Formats: sequence, structure tokens, C-alpha cells
Amino acid sequence: MNAILEPIQTTGRTVMQFFASIGRISSFAGKGLYHAVLPPIYWRLLFRQFIQIGYYSLPVVGLTTLFTGMVLALQSYTGFSRFSAEGAVATVVVLSVTRELAPVLAGLMVAGRVGASIAAEIGTMRVTEQIDALNTLSTNPYKYLIAPRLIAGILTLPILVLIGDIIGILGGYIVSIYSLGFAPENYLRNTWEYLEAMDVISGLVKASVFGFLVTLMGCYHGYNSGRGAQGVGSATTNAVVSASILILIFNFIITKIFFS
Amino acid sequence: MTKKNKDIKIQLKDVCKSFGDNHVLCGASLDIHKGESVVIIGGSGTGKSVLLKSILGLIVPDSGTILVDGEDVTKLPIHKRDGIMQKFGMLFQGGALFDSLPVWENVAFGLLQNHAMPRKEAYGVAVEKLRSVGLGERVAKLYPAELSGGMQKRVSLARAIATDPEIIFFDEPTTGLDPIMADVINDLIVKATKELGATTLTITHDMASARKIADDVAMIYDGKIIWRGDAEGIENSGNAYVEQFIHGSANGPIAIAV
Repeated sequence: MNAILEPIQTTGRTVMQFFASIGRISSFAGKGLYHAVLPPIYWRLLFRQFIQIGYYSLPVVGLTTLFTGMVLALQSYTGFSRFSAEGAVATVVVLSVTRELAPVLAGLMVAGRVGASIAAEIGTMRVTEQIDALNTLSTNPYKYLIAPRLIAGILTLPILVLIGDIIGILGGYIVSIYSLGFAPENYLRNTWEYLEAMDVISGLVKASVFGFLVTLMGCYHGYNSGRGAQGVGSATTNAVVSASILILIFNFIITKIFFS
Repeated sequence: MTKKNKDIKIQLKDVCKSFGDNHVLCGASLDIHKGESVVIIGGSGTGKSVLLKSILGLIVPDSGTILVDGEDVTKLPIHKRDGIMQKFGMLFQGGALFDSLPVWENVAFGLLQNHAMPRKEAYGVAVEKLRSVGLGERVAKLYPAELSGGMQKRVSLARAIATDPEIIFFDEPTTGLDPIMADVINDLIVKATKELGATTLTITHDMASARKIADDVAMIYDGKIIWRGDAEGIENSGNAYVEQFIHGSANGPIAIAV
């Protein structure tokens, strides 16, 4: 009897745990967002997070999109030249960068950089009782720690991605002009002609959602970190892994909503 | 005893808390009177910290009531809890200083956040509080990581008393310090609480510290307060558990799994 029931029990338990953690994360996100819109807002902390999450991520996002744009031009040229459609290179570069690659790659890079550091910082604060100390000083940790990070994530990622879009297109331009021998005016005309506002906007909406997911995962795993160095270590890993997976899932969902 | 007639500041009634199968507190009851200094002694893992955190509302007990000035803190809505918390100051075992903030902002944290004091004024108060725990203004601009363990404890003490709280909790104030620094901290605690007229609750397993700070001593064992009496009477408690604990003997009714 047990042998029959055990797989069913295990499946049931796993499913229950899965939904339980979705519930916990949702309620955590709800509390964080509630405190993000409810005054008072800690401007000083918010500004610090803008610098941490936005400004310091510029180099990594810039480099990622620059090389992505360059590779994209090279690869699509190789493909399109086989049926003499080289003119499409510019369009392929600009659409891929703005709609997909800039938001997704920037999101993943920021997940590694920012998600990990948020989880490690808040996790260490949990372990060293600093979060309890906040409570005893009548300061709500959601308002003081979580809300500024969520707001900064939601608002800075679109800006980062917009800059990434420009740098990515520039990367494709550099390769096309200096290595593949395109005429600059033709290339630029092809870039603009088929670009619609919705391509860029959808990318920025994605970026905003990804920024929320990355900071949420960092905060959630850090806040619920286990005891000791090991607890903080696994909180960091979980934050990065879960943020990356969620980015890929939500990328599909948002694309489906926008373009179907 | 005259102090028994004073108002009860904190009252615990049959507080129980379990984590899974581990019954940390079961039926803990304790009255703390206004202006009194109570020290709870007990071995590691007997529920001392859980008791403190339950009063602070950081842990919600499974059953029982905790009254602070007659209000049940276990059933308070969140917006009211902040008001109650302003009565409390707490010295954490590890200091729990915010390492992203300089020392003076740590000390003035409660003033800056809740009393919305201008930063300049708060700095003045912080320096004054630091001085009262024997630290100069030089320390104010340093970060917690740049301080020694003893100095961190003192900064943490300054933070606990900065908002002039009515109730102060000390979680193992002398653990991890050398005997001389421990005595310095004990003296500071006695001095600070006398000046504020605060009600204090300390948990410790350091008997020297307990003797120095306490008006009353309570012993916690197996999730209950099993003995309570004044600090002078502890040598003649007539309780086998207390005897064993204060003499630090491995033999007695308290069995420790090795």
C-alpha cells in the first residue's frame, strides 16, 4: 500500500510547497509594494539604491549590449548573405536588441550583480539581528529595507535598458560599417524604417518587470535567510537562480501579451 | 517588600511557544514592576531569548498573554505596535549595529526615524550619549566594523538608551567580553538605567553580571520560570536548580546531554 501511496504523497507535498512559497512571495511582494507607495518614503535610502542598482550596473549592461549588438550584426550577415538579403541586417539588429536581448540580458546581468548583493546584505542583517534591531527602533523593515530596493529596481531597469538599446544598436552599426562594409546612411535608414514605438516600449515594460523580479527575489531570500554564513550563502544563490528563471518565464508571458 | 506594591510594567501569563516539536516556552509567567531590574538566568537553549523576543513582538507566542502597561502586545494591530515599541530600548547580544551607517547615526537612529529630529541636533544627542558610555566624539564618525567588540557593545548601549526608553532589555550584555570590560559594561548599565529610571530585563548566564545588575533574579528552566527572588537571596535560594546553576556544577537536577 505504502509503495503505491508514496509517489503520490511526494508529488502532493511538492505541489503544496510550491504553492505555499508562491503565496509567501506574493504576500511579501504585496507588503513591500504597500510600503513603497505609503508615506513616509525614505528619499535618502531610495537615492542610495538608485546609485547601487542603476548607476553601478551601467558598465556591465553597456558591455553586454555592445557585444551582443556586434555579434548579432556578424551572425545575421552570415545568414542573410546566403540569400542576398544583407539589407535586413540593420532591421534584425534593432528589433532583436530592443525587443528581446537588451531587456533579457540586462535583466540577467543585473540579477547576478544586484540580486546577489541585495540577498547577501539583507541576509547578513537578518543573521546579525539588525532586522530585529530595526523593529525595536520602531522602524518597519519593509519600509526601510524592502521598499526602496523595489522602487529602485522598477524604475532604474528601464533606464538601463534604454541606454543598453542605444549601445547595442551602436555595436551593430560599428560592425556593419567598419567590418562588413555597409554604407552608413543606408544602414541607419534601415534601422529606423522598420522600428516601431511598441518595440522599444515592450522592451522597457519587460525591463521594469525584470527589475521588480530581481529586487523582489533578492529581498525575499535575504529577508528569510537561514542562520549563519551558510544561510546567507544559499539565500544569495536562491535569489540569483530564482530571479533568472522568473525573468525567462515572464519574458515569454510579456511577449505573448504584447505581440499576439 | 515595598517594590511589590508598585505598578506592574510587564506581565507574562502562561506564555507558550514551540518551534515544530521543540517546546521552547511552556507556561512561562513573570511580573516585572515599574523601575525594577530583573535578571533572568538560565542555561543555553532554555528559551531566554525567545522570552525577550516575545515581549518585543518579534516572535508571536502560541498561547498566553503578555501585558505591557496593561496592553496585550500579542494582539496589537501593526500600527499600534510601533507606539508600544517606542517604550522599548534593546541591547542585542551581538550589538546588531547597522554596519552601513556611521556610529553616530546608529546611536541617533530612533531619534532620526521616529522623532524626526534634525540631523544636526541628533548628532549632538548622539555625541552626548556616546560620552555617557565613555566614548569620545572621535568615535562618532567611524563605522561599526572599525570598532572593537567592547566599543561596539558600548555604542549599542548608547543606541538602546538614546530615546530615553521606559523599558530596556539587555540580551547577554557581557557575553564575549573580557572580565574587566564586562564589569565596565555592567557599571554602565546600572548607571544608565538609574539615570533614566527605566524598567529593565536582562538575560544572561554570567553570574557576576547578574549579581551586579539585578534587583530580582528569576531562573528559567525547561520553558518555565522556576524560581524568583531578590539578588542577595540567591545564595540561599533553597532551590536545587538555582544552586547548581550559580555554582556552575555539572552534577545536579539539570541534566545536560553530552
